[in-house]
Amino acid sequence: MTSLTTPRTAASTDDRTERIERIRQAAYRIRRNALDMGEVQGQGYIGQALGVADVLAVVYTDQLRFRPEDPHWPDRDRFLLSIGHYAIALYAALAEAGTIPTAELETYGSDDSRLPMSAMASYTPGVEISGGSLGHGLPVATGMALGLRHQGNGARVYDLLSDGELDEGSTWEAALACAHHGLDNVTAIVDVNALQADGPTAGVLRTEPVTDKWRAFGWHALRVDGNDVAALVEALDELRAHRGSPGVLICDTRIGRGVPLLEGREKAHFMRVEEHEWQLARTQLEEGLTR
Amino acid sequence: MTSTAPKKRLTTSAMIASFADPGQRTTSAPFGHALNRLAEQRPEIVGLSADLAKYTDMHVFRDAHPDRFFQMGMAEQSLLGTAAGMAEVGLVPFASTYSVFATRRAYDFLCLDIAEPDLNVNVVGALPGLTTGYGPSHQATEDLAILRGCPNLTIVDPCDSVDIEQAVPALADAPGPTYLRLLRGAVPTVLDEYDYRFQLGKAAELRTGRDVVLISTGLMTMRALQAAARLEADSVDVAVLHVPTIKPLDTEAVLRAARTDRLVVTLENHTVIGGLAEAVAATVAYAGVGTRVVPIALPDEFLAAGALPTLHDRYGLSTDAVVARVRAELGGAAGHRPPAVWPADPAPATA
Repeated sequence: MTSLTTPRTAASTDDRTERIERIRQAAYRIRRNALDMGEVQGQGYIGQALGVADVLAVVYTDQLRFRPEDPHWPDRDRFLLSIGHYAIALYAALAEAGTIPTAELETYGSDDSRLPMSAMASYTPGVEISGGSLGHGLPVATGMALGLRHQGNGARVYDLLSDGELDEGSTWEAALACAHHGLDNVTAIVDVNALQADGPTAGVLRTEPVTDKWRAFGWHALRVDGNDVAALVEALDELRAHRGSPGVLICDTRIGRGVPLLEGREKAHFMRVEEHEWQLARTQLEEGLTR
Repeated sequence: MTSTAPKKRLTTSAMIASFADPGQRTTSAPFGHALNRLAEQRPEIVGLSADLAKYTDMHVFRDAHPDRFFQMGMAEQSLLGTAAGMAEVGLVPFASTYSVFATRRAYDFLCLDIAEPDLNVNVVGALPGLTTGYGPSHQATEDLAILRGCPNLTIVDPCDSVDIEQAVPALADAPGPTYLRLLRGAVPTVLDEYDYRFQLGKAAELRTGRDVVLISTGLMTMRALQAAARLEADSVDVAVLHVPTIKPLDTEAVLRAARTDRLVVTLENHTVIGGLAEAVAATVAYAGVGTRVVPIALPDEFLAAGALPTLHDRYGLSTDAVVARVRAELGGAAGHRPPAVWPADPAPATA
């Protein structure tokens, strides 16, 4: 468990290789946390959590400025989980970040738990908004960024959304507003796993070319392999330094990443994992780390 | 003061129409000026608009405090989401647009981003109910019905410029979210002639009377007062209870008014479904009070386009229509009651 009070940016003296390895270890623990939580319910957005774990590891252990013991610290960077149904991934990351105790993860989705299956701000320390209804994160991020800038607060606002969320018009309303107001304190992160509730994104409502769309809306857009920690670090460092327009990192991720057993699974959007498969999944995950 | 002036040239279905009577005292842009005065005292006040600053009196604030005004463009979901984000970091936003767009179009954002986290965001909706002749695209006849079901939300329907001027600081002081049904432009000034102060959540008895009690909200309080004065000439003694806060409703005041032998009539600039009439009827019924409630409200239908005075008369909101309805209720023989909602028989449902 880490206890970050300041960001480790490119200016840090960390050796780059050491930095990448540290984040990889964090990503492993986030995946492991997610599998442990998934086992409690037997099903859920496990595939997405495994897919987005590297992104969350970079964000929470390398980029965000926050105090795990003081989730309402006014100068904190805000991380908005627009895709509330990715809660399992966020809780796994918040445990890794030290905001919630790892032991509490076993209450995930249970009655009276602080960790409901869809993330809600009023329940969980470190959860900034109640997402879940899609297309809300970027508008709220816009307001936070405008407000923080108005107050002279240098904190940044990150919004994690999904490629399916690009269907929602409000996302594009906010994209226009961020660019119009020159909000370079906003970073959107788009998890492109190419899958949504009714099937592959290409068949539900085609969103590509995603990068061109953001650029046309006036954003500084980068696209990386969302499971490549080194590429994520480099891109987020660049977006942090960029001035004059909002930045977006488009991350191509793979559902179930890190657990071969789950990577190829049909019905991957809302995944069911059999009882006997959990230990196998954990073993496969561990093997991946040591490779 | 009456709407029966002969040969009055009616304007047609203009977007921005006035419901002030000819020659009536008005105040220009009371919301914009009230927000200015408040902003001078409180640096955390900010204003937002969705391409309608000029038409929601927000331009007054924009021009006085350009650094605290944020234009979001014609994008109401973004408007309300952004206002929520600003409140999350400690600002007190007033976000204005037309009521139809704030409620129909951006309801999910009002509900989840603003009301669920109980943020101090003040949503200001212009053209509430029937205050434009532009047709159903712009007539927010069901905004109260949509919003009354939203937890945490305080809903205010002011009568006039006095109400608006006093409500604005009260809405900012209220820690949770609010929705203000905005009367814009040249707004009638009526309540200064009464011993009245706006108090959030409180109803105010503007007149006492033995025969009839009119429970009214919004601009219909002005019509209620006019109707009461007209009926007084016929020796009908009419009380008026003004209910500027629709939610939370001042149920004590409503029950005091309804526990009575008087004729109880509600008046609202809103569809008869889900607004003041049903709120009062429910209050009365839940308390076990057997009083009949006569609703004066807009019919459950999409309304016509046209000149506002014509429409107010047609749909029963004009002072003439209110007086006629009360007289009919008072004079109606037992067993013969007019339909609950319409001033005249509606067209039959089938031919």
